[in-house]
Amino acid sequence: MLEIKNLHVSVGDVEILKGIDLKVEGGEVHAVMGPNGSGKSTLTRVLAGHPAYVVTEGHVTYEGKNLLDLSVEDRARQGVFLAFQYPIDIPGVNNAYFLKTAVNEIRKAKGLEELDAMEFLEFLKEKMKIVEMDEGFLNRPVNEGFSGGEKKRNEILQMAVLNPKLAILDETDSGLDIDALKIVSEGVNRLRRPDRSIILVTHYQRMLNYITPDFVHVLMGGKIVKSGGKDLALQLEAKGYEWMKD
Amino acid sequence: MTDPESFLKKEYPYGFVTPIESDTAPRGLNEDIIRFISKKKNEPEFLFEWRLKAYRAWLKMKEPHWANVEYPAIDYQDMIYYSAPKQKKDGPKSLEEVDQEILRTYEKLGIPLEEQKRLAGVAVDAVFDSVSVATTFKEKLKEFGIVFCSFSEAVQHHPDLVKKYLGLVVPPTDNFFAALNAAVFSDGSFCYIPKGVRCPMELSTYFRINAADTGQFERTLIVADEGSSVSYLEGCTAPIRDKNQLHAAVVELVAHERAQIKYSTVQNWYAGDKDGKGGIYNFVTKRGLCQGSHSKISWTQVETGSSITWKYPSCILKGDYSTGEFYSVAVVNNRQQADTGTKMIHLGKNTKSTIISKGISARFGKNTYRGLVRITPGAKGSRNYTQCDSLLMGDQCAADTFPSIEVNNRTSQAEHEATTSKINEDQLFYCKQRGMSEENAISMIVHGFCKEVFKNLPMEFAVEASRLLGVSLEGSVG
Repeated sequence: MLEIKNLHVSVGDVEILKGIDLKVEGGEVHAVMGPNGSGKSTLTRVLAGHPAYVVTEGHVTYEGKNLLDLSVEDRARQGVFLAFQYPIDIPGVNNAYFLKTAVNEIRKAKGLEELDAMEFLEFLKEKMKIVEMDEGFLNRPVNEGFSGGEKKRNEILQMAVLNPKLAILDETDSGLDIDALKIVSEGVNRLRRPDRSIILVTHYQRMLNYITPDFVHVLMGGKIVKSGGKDLALQLEAKGYEWMKD
Repeated sequence: MTDPESFLKKEYPYGFVTPIESDTAPRGLNEDIIRFISKKKNEPEFLFEWRLKAYRAWLKMKEPHWANVEYPAIDYQDMIYYSAPKQKKDGPKSLEEVDQEILRTYEKLGIPLEEQKRLAGVAVDAVFDSVSVATTFKEKLKEFGIVFCSFSEAVQHHPDLVKKYLGLVVPPTDNFFAALNAAVFSDGSFCYIPKGVRCPMELSTYFRINAADTGQFERTLIVADEGSSVSYLEGCTAPIRDKNQLHAAVVELVAHERAQIKYSTVQNWYAGDKDGKGGIYNFVTKRGLCQGSHSKISWTQVETGSSITWKYPSCILKGDYSTGEFYSVAVVNNRQQADTGTKMIHLGKNTKSTIISKGISARFGKNTYRGLVRITPGAKGSRNYTQCDSLLMGDQCAADTFPSIEVNNRTSQAEHEATTSKINEDQLFYCKQRGMSEENAISMIVHGFCKEVFKNLPMEFAVEASRLLGVSLEGSVG
């Protein structure tokens, strides 16, 4: 479903990704781990189409299409979802309205009928159970005044609502206390499906205690230096990233 | 990123001209023109004298240039001060007598004047160039003792009320444009809510400029007697023309003891083209007097049109425990300039004022908030809260804030908060990553920014305002 070949990415004059190869099949969960500054977040943003990142070389194929040719919104409408590391505030816009707009634009792009306010609310309340959110949340402005945990839960809720085929989670575990980590991880687990692939970018192994990956990749210096099964994460936890350098 | 020009295809939808025969005063301004207007209106002597006095004062006044706007000199002799659709009789008595072309114009603007077509809750006074052409629901309002009619009609039928209140809040010599208005004002709306009556429907005036080279000088006077309340709306549009046109209106509000007036404006005068050619100069004096204790005046304005806006809807808080509010959204795009804000003058004890101003600037737009909060020595225990937020779209637009706060006693307090922000790439990226188009993302972010103001608009207007905002900002982020 997703194939990345020799991907080179720069921001300004600085090359950050220096030849990434990664293949993700339907239903798989891939963990991408690595130290700070290794290019993990860059990888997630370039897949989503952030305008600040320039692809200088390589290809990304998503469901047989050239992903890099698609606009940000078209990628989203075709099922690419990014859970942000730092979700941004949108003051004055409440969550329910934000999500309804997103869902309906995606439905429109797919030629489906838009949901009216009542239908949507019902649908949304169902999804909110996945991350244990209460209804008060619906009328709060998007991410404004949210705690770190609420922001991340909100990202997973958005994932549940938008129903992506490829979900990319950028450090969804960062800034979470143990209870919130559990809620978020269980939320993600409930969203695992045979036709949904997940790329989980993380600095620490701890989220992988809850979400078992099929593959683990280590990203260092803009390249994937090692790939393996879930045990690789445990090794990293024990030894740190330094031993990889040898 | 997106090509901004591709969004510009949506044009100002109200830019058409109605082909109609007009009764027009000769170009220029002198005492004869004033006599001409006064005579057309069959005015009592006192009003003619009042106009002349204003005119003579105006001659000695200088056009103010302290506002943060630039425009070429206005030639006051190269303008037409009165233009009215020709009619057989003195004024239409019923809708059947109103010219079909005019009815069609309002229909096209989305303001049908036939009562059965109107939303039941809104009465409209339609002002076309210099005169009021129709007022709906007059009879129904009369049952409540409410007077809602054109200014000209009020002069004929309620001269005592006019005499008592005209110029009470905005004296004829208040400022250059107010003096000009006092000299040549041709019509406008008049509204009187008697003691203890809550007006059962929204009242509104829809202003339309049609004739070329004509200035529109209307006057609105609203008096809410003791314990009464009224919500009033005002909308405006004009045809697309290359030459600038002057709109210098005066609005006076008087709220007696425990009365409440809510005055909402959605201003959508033609803004000029993208290079700044044409458009309305909107130089308006609006002021409310909270005369009685516990009275309240609330201004809400959404300013999206006009090439230049110069207006400061203000409140004089004379009655103890009176409240003044000002909620404003001002949008400038292309070459538009706005210098707008409010004055809250606290005279009575324990008076309270709130100012929420949201300025949005795009492309080369220039937006200025100018405000004065004055708490006088006698206004003990008074409070003001001011919040001015500016949103910039692109890097060639400008936003300025000139707040002036004077607190002259120890028991009062004023609070001021100001922010300036940009619609940033990250917000847009976030929305687009959720599948939204750039257009929808911008409109959502801007709408969120304006929410505190929009929520004060009557329902019907809030929808209109938010739609307008979308149109005004088309293509402004690229």
